[in-house]
Amino acid sequence: MTAPTPILRMSGISKEFPGVKALSGVDFRLLPGEVHALMGENGAGKSTLIKVLTGVHDIDAGEIELGGRKVAFADPSAAQQAGISTVYQEVNLCTNLSVAENIFIGREPRRLGRIQWGRMRRRAAELLARLELDIDVSAPLSSYSLAMQQMVAIARAVDISARVLILDEPTSSLDTGEVAQLFRVMRKLKEEGIAILFVSHFLDQVYEISDRMTILRNGRLVGEHLTSELGQVELVGKMIGRELADLEKLEGKPLARETETLVEAEDLGRAGAVEPFTLTIHEGEVVGLAGLLGSGRTEIARLLFGADHAGTGSLKIDGRPVSLRTPRAAMNHRIAFCSENRRAEGLIPDLTVRENLILALQAARGWSRPIPRRKQDELVEKYISVLKISPADPEQLIRNLSGGNQQKVMLARWLILEPRLLILDEPTRGIDVGAKAEIQRLVASLSDGGMAVLFISAELEEVLRLSHKIGVLRDRRLVAELDNDDDLTTDVLMETIASGARA
Amino acid sequence: MNAVLRHRLLWPAVILAALLLTNLAFTDHFFSIEMKDGHLYGSLIDIVRFGAPLILVALGMTLVIATGGIDLSVGSVVSISGALACLRISGMDDQNSVSGVVAAAGLALVLSLALGAWNGFLVAGVGIQPIIATLILMVAGRGLAQLITDGQIITVNSGPYKLIGGGYWLTLPFGIIIVLAVLALTAVLTRRLALGLLIESVGGNAEASRLAGIRSRGVIITVYTFAALCAGVAGLMISSNVSSADGNNAGLWIELDAILAVVIGGTSLAGGRFSLGGTVLGALIIQTLTTTIYSIGVPPETTLLFKALVVTVVCLLQSPAFREKAFHRRRRPVAAPPAAEEKVRVPA
Repeated sequence: MTAPTPILRMSGISKEFPGVKALSGVDFRLLPGEVHALMGENGAGKSTLIKVLTGVHDIDAGEIELGGRKVAFADPSAAQQAGISTVYQEVNLCTNLSVAENIFIGREPRRLGRIQWGRMRRRAAELLARLELDIDVSAPLSSYSLAMQQMVAIARAVDISARVLILDEPTSSLDTGEVAQLFRVMRKLKEEGIAILFVSHFLDQVYEISDRMTILRNGRLVGEHLTSELGQVELVGKMIGRELADLEKLEGKPLARETETLVEAEDLGRAGAVEPFTLTIHEGEVVGLAGLLGSGRTEIARLLFGADHAGTGSLKIDGRPVSLRTPRAAMNHRIAFCSENRRAEGLIPDLTVRENLILALQAARGWSRPIPRRKQDELVEKYISVLKISPADPEQLIRNLSGGNQQKVMLARWLILEPRLLILDEPTRGIDVGAKAEIQRLVASLSDGGMAVLFISAELEEVLRLSHKIGVLRDRRLVAELDNDDDLTTDVLMETIASGARA
Repeated sequence: MNAVLRHRLLWPAVILAALLLTNLAFTDHFFSIEMKDGHLYGSLIDIVRFGAPLILVALGMTLVIATGGIDLSVGSVVSISGALACLRISGMDDQNSVSGVVAAAGLALVLSLALGAWNGFLVAGVGIQPIIATLILMVAGRGLAQLITDGQIITVNSGPYKLIGGGYWLTLPFGIIIVLAVLALTAVLTRRLALGLLIESVGGNAEASRLAGIRSRGVIITVYTFAALCAGVAGLMISSNVSSADGNNAGLWIELDAILAVVIGGTSLAGGRFSLGGTVLGALIIQTLTTTIYSIGVPPETTLLFKALVVTVVCLLQSPAFREKAFHRRRRPVAAPPAAEEKVRVPA
């Protein structure tokens, strides 16, 4: 393959935020008609590099060339006009508008200043048909799943005459079928000569789709490689700067043990959210929940935490019937819940790492009993070092942290309460291999210490590796409860999810 | 943290200093404070004294705004509180009875608390948007005040009542002492105790706060009740100062001045972080501006226009985005997300 001239070249890029050196002297290039993966751990600078490129942030040093001309974008719309479109990790669309409006927002087809609604809907439908999506373009975007919203965002980005398409974690909320669909679209776009910058934490996906990869670590360039020439183990080694041995240590399935029953849900259910289910969780047990997106995993978690009211059934803790009408009530029974939706249901973006970390403990104590500052500092310092939160600055605003580090703060918020049942909803989504292994190890050690964990994840290997018992969900119904013995494999799990049959 | 706070209050402080210096240029001895008959006198003392009701109302407003809400009804609560106290006092045989005045003032404050709890209930219990929920009492409250005063202006002639807004204690105007006490109380509640963190958390992300176990409903009811209590005290002060209660005009538009003071003080209308010190500075800036208009002799027909211009300049100077543009010509795009956050967001 002859190397064509790069469409995009970034050289010597540096960017500093208050207290954080996000990028230093990073070089990056993108060739037309390739899928280029940008790899690195959380906080390695991937998102910052993208934001610098698209004009969200300006650069402190270095230059950007697009098509051989030096450019500097004042804002994302300028970047877009120049042909760089971005689809971010979290969908940035207006869910209250229709699909068609979202695709054409800001550039509606007009005649005499009047919006041509018919033409807009037609063009939107054509565009989506090209991506093999068959949805009603006049329906509000909110009526579609997060996955579909993501596809709409990509459709919008593609339509804005993209020469460069940036996909930041596009697959983190898609299921296997949707990922395959996305990849089909990406290959098509690649053939059209569009350069695609792809960020994902799923190594398999990166190896499936990308031609070339650039690896960052701690804001510095580690190297650029052809995907075919770099093995997975080498890649991970370069990303985390150490050997992969850490990841493998968790191999070997945990053993089921006989312990006291902690939580018993009987026919617990909520209309429209999840069908009545029966589930028992023992002390020190890790119960995994597997199932497709929207199959009711999160809904079960919310019922057990009192975030939603149960319509039917009963719940017992320590054998005594309880009613969890509020999260606060669940917290009184020492149940903790780490939501999958970090931004909407976890973070208080304007507060510091310290304040976010102690929030649940403070809430449990009430406003009249402040946690002494010394105690706060001790707790925060402890968890920053245990969970390796970076930057290790308690007074940093949490919104300045990378996604994985925000996730660790959320975890720490609940860990300081020393819960008996910790509900983790997708705790490893969108975070890198190193942090993922750390969180998995943490779950295993917490359960060894007697804490029960309800572990929800879209990644079957992860569920299988950690859980003593796995509940399988399908269409908002708990269809099977499987003991994690030697016969249980991801294939069996997938089979169960697909068929809904008890294995 | 301290350094950040200092930095945040820099601009309000600069603006206040500039206004005061303007006064000094027009009025001799503007900064001089003298002791007469054991009381402190001076223009600076007057500014704080006349600004006292606004500072009180603005302190309550700060906490409400920090939860992402807004309270339009404080002006009405000011008039209701003053009206009820004056009505009780005017009906007493001996208007100089200290216990009677205390009881009347106490009753007015209890009613204010109830009105605040009502606002809080509408916002947190029923789930009405704060601007609508408090608009109800803003409009209806004036009617309630009219009802209490029977449409008349009630005048009282009570020595003890006069003390609240017009008297002196320990050489200082009593109003200033009340403000200092309320400010200290608020600071202790929010910064020494954990109420401030909970308020900022609810204002920053209401759903996440609920899932972290915060009883956000209770927090919201508390701040509206507190705001009404502050307004009630301000109402006593205003009516005491003129020894009469005017249901129509007492505290008219004070809610808007209070909101302005909060914003000038650097608290975002979107909720979240708040600054009590900033609010006090903001209220003082507004009061000083009024004084300045008189001292530099702005013609009466143009005072409102003049005030509007100054407030516009003050708000622009307060805005980091504007300062960036005006003072640093360097290309620095203002990131889109923060701009979007400046919209007034109303919690569900």
